[in-house]
Amino acid sequence: MAVRRRDVLKLAAGMLAAPAIARADETRVLRFVPQANLSSLDAVAGTQYVVRNAAAMVWETLYGVDSTFTPQPQMCEGHESSADLKTWTFRLRPGLKFHDGEAVTTRDVLASLQRWMVRDTMGQVIRGRLDALEAIDDRSFRFRLNKPFAKMLFALGKSNAPMALIMPERIARTDPFQLIKEYVGSGPMQFRTDEWVPGSRAVFELFAGYQPRAEKSDWLAGGKHMMFDRIEWQILPDAATAGGALQNGEVDWWELPIPDLVPLLKRNKDVVVDIADPLGNIGSLRMNHLHPPFNDPRVRRALLMAVSQPDYMEAVCGGDDTLWKPTASFFTPGTPLYTEDGGELLKGPRNYDAAKKLLAEAGYNGEKVVLMVATDIAITKAEGDVTADMLGKIGMNVDYQALDWGTVGARRSKKDPPDKGGWNIFHTWHAGADCINPAPYTALDAGGAKAWFGWPSSQAVEDAIGTWYDAADAAAEKAAAATINRAAFEDVVYVPTGFFQQYQAWRRNVSGVVKAPFPVFWGVRKT
Amino acid sequence: MWRYAGRRALATVPVMGFVALFVFSLLYLAPGDPAAIIAGDQASAEDIARIHASLGLDRPFLVRFGEWLWHVLQGDLGTSIFANLSVAHMIGQRIEPTLSLMVLTLVFSVVVAVPLGVLAAARAGSWVDRLVMLFAVLGFSVPVFVMGYVLAFVFALQLDWLPVQGYTPISHGVWPWLRNLILPVVALGAIYIALIARVTRAAMLEVLGQDYVRTARAKGLGLAPILFVHALKNAAVPIVTVIGLGVALLIGGAVVTESVFAIPGVGRLVVDAILRRDYPVIQGVTLLFSFVYVLVNLIVDLLYSVLDPRIRQ
Repeated sequence: MAVRRRDVLKLAAGMLAAPAIARADETRVLRFVPQANLSSLDAVAGTQYVVRNAAAMVWETLYGVDSTFTPQPQMCEGHESSADLKTWTFRLRPGLKFHDGEAVTTRDVLASLQRWMVRDTMGQVIRGRLDALEAIDDRSFRFRLNKPFAKMLFALGKSNAPMALIMPERIARTDPFQLIKEYVGSGPMQFRTDEWVPGSRAVFELFAGYQPRAEKSDWLAGGKHMMFDRIEWQILPDAATAGGALQNGEVDWWELPIPDLVPLLKRNKDVVVDIADPLGNIGSLRMNHLHPPFNDPRVRRALLMAVSQPDYMEAVCGGDDTLWKPTASFFTPGTPLYTEDGGELLKGPRNYDAAKKLLAEAGYNGEKVVLMVATDIAITKAEGDVTADMLGKIGMNVDYQALDWGTVGARRSKKDPPDKGGWNIFHTWHAGADCINPAPYTALDAGGAKAWFGWPSSQAVEDAIGTWYDAADAAAEKAAAATINRAAFEDVVYVPTGFFQQYQAWRRNVSGVVKAPFPVFWGVRKT
Repeated sequence: MWRYAGRRALATVPVMGFVALFVFSLLYLAPGDPAAIIAGDQASAEDIARIHASLGLDRPFLVRFGEWLWHVLQGDLGTSIFANLSVAHMIGQRIEPTLSLMVLTLVFSVVVAVPLGVLAAARAGSWVDRLVMLFAVLGFSVPVFVMGYVLAFVFALQLDWLPVQGYTPISHGVWPWLRNLILPVVALGAIYIALIARVTRAAMLEVLGQDYVRTARAKGLGLAPILFVHALKNAAVPIVTVIGLGVALLIGGAVVTESVFAIPGVGRLVVDAILRRDYPVIQGVTLLFSFVYVLVNLIVDLLYSVLDPRIRQ
């Protein structure tokens, strides 16, 4: 067969002009760059924030906290509680549907709550007090407890992972320690498994069967009105690439720009930069309480004397002083339980001589201190470098181990001595939303072997947390928080390295972006 | 020829077996745990231990290796620990961008580098030669990611000619596909062009000094037929060798290039998998890369025998 030049040209022209996939109205598609790769979608089995953020579009909770941390009805019409707070009865609002068209019933709710209660700290408290969790009919169910539980609505509506997400019964029956394999929820967006390219792209499509509440949207509360047919998450691990894509209009919203690029983004007239989460984060220097030298509270207190929060925060925030402030508290600044009771050692000029003296009193004699530093994460790298310098100043023998977060994440769970694969110190940070009260605050738990990594043991802290759980009003909660803070500094559960916030950035044609501990997609528009 | 090809193909089997064992052992010994990443920052050590056990990662090395090998022999590369998608499916999703990037880079590099190398050899010592060699030194010296950022800054952010990142499948049109690949191909191709141009120049210089070239000149043959018909064919063996060896360079470079330009290819897949310790994905992709590398070497071996039949003996 003869191939004519004209035919080749026609073919080439056709290919060049071939229409791209039929594109939806650009204003109905939001391109979002999340803080990290979305590698799974189970916000009950896992506690990664990025997973929680995606799951909050796909699944819903019975209640949802608003920006004042008050739980408001979401999937529920409302509730009744007995005067002794031992019986809690809930009724689902009518018309709730899953993405597969099935109605949401109490069978789904009970199975979901049973799974959640295994994994969540507050869920475990409820489970420990539970006589029965029972369905009354398809829309009503009841908790019967053997001890009052005042924080029930907050537990069901909190944004902290693991969230009490409601899934179809067949999915909720999954072992709580295994990831779910089907992503069917009842939230405003449905997950497009067929378009999911892990590490590159995740697509959420408007769920036509979703009926938003009538109230105004406020974080997880109120009507979740979606202004997009599609929300495309584009995973851009390279910050420079993400910055370029935002400036070039290839993406609409970048959840977590690095501080180094913020001045550049602020100069671009098409880009808006603002604080992402008003609750910010609390930096953390975490010590292993099981092994010398940090099994001695005097050594831990010596670190409190030497830690200079401004040094840490300047390293973390890249010189942007508006992003941070020192905090002599374990609780999030600006929230109701914030207190500086007992935090005196963190304030004022740093006293290296006193710290050295305390170390000597404790019998520290130059033993190696294994400092695990996740160098692939800018925040932990900055904190680790400051700590290495500070430990050197007070005469400690630092073994600085540069690792990736994957290694730190696994090795920190080892209880072995540092010279046998264990560790002495690692750094992380806690989302301010997790530090507003003791319930979601796993890092503050001081229950010894069952506590978070480092395994601090302090009966005073544990007793005060128990008091907070049983507190009947705001004043009692605040008093309990002051006791917790004092006891946590006395035993040095961990060392807060300061309070810092981060920016988010979006194109100027996007509106309705709110400040929250997670990206709130409902109410956001694009013109 | 076929017997030679068959013998060479058979020799790749133990290589692949060794790679499989090596990769599995390396991951077994490497620190890190996918259970810790699934569990997230709020999870306790007990939670992580429960997830670790539920993934079957607490079983002995030989049991896990045997099970994985048995599945691989049946064509099953396993399932991602995180995404619950089959590794073959995930590679399938990512193979087109990587193949596009590698093939285009290879074609672009050879088309640019071979004539440059020939030209430099033909004009050895002149300013043309020096210019080509200067470019080669630059191509070698500038890291791929630096080249990528500079190109993106100039051609995407400043001139707004091309996109900063992303990939468009070829099924959506040739130009949209090409538009996304121009900058990555140039960035990745720079080092490859430098390598091939230098080797081509050196091989051509050697051949151009041979008697038969002098004879061709003496009988009045033009410069182009001498260079491209007589000399280049005889200089081809080292050039083909370096192109083959360069595929390893290309695989490594593709990983970086895909990250800089956010191309959803196999390179980024493996980087993400390493960071998360998604063992089945790391093993599957490494095995694939090894297979490609062994295959390219096999093709190069076979090409030797085509270019120089004496090698077969």
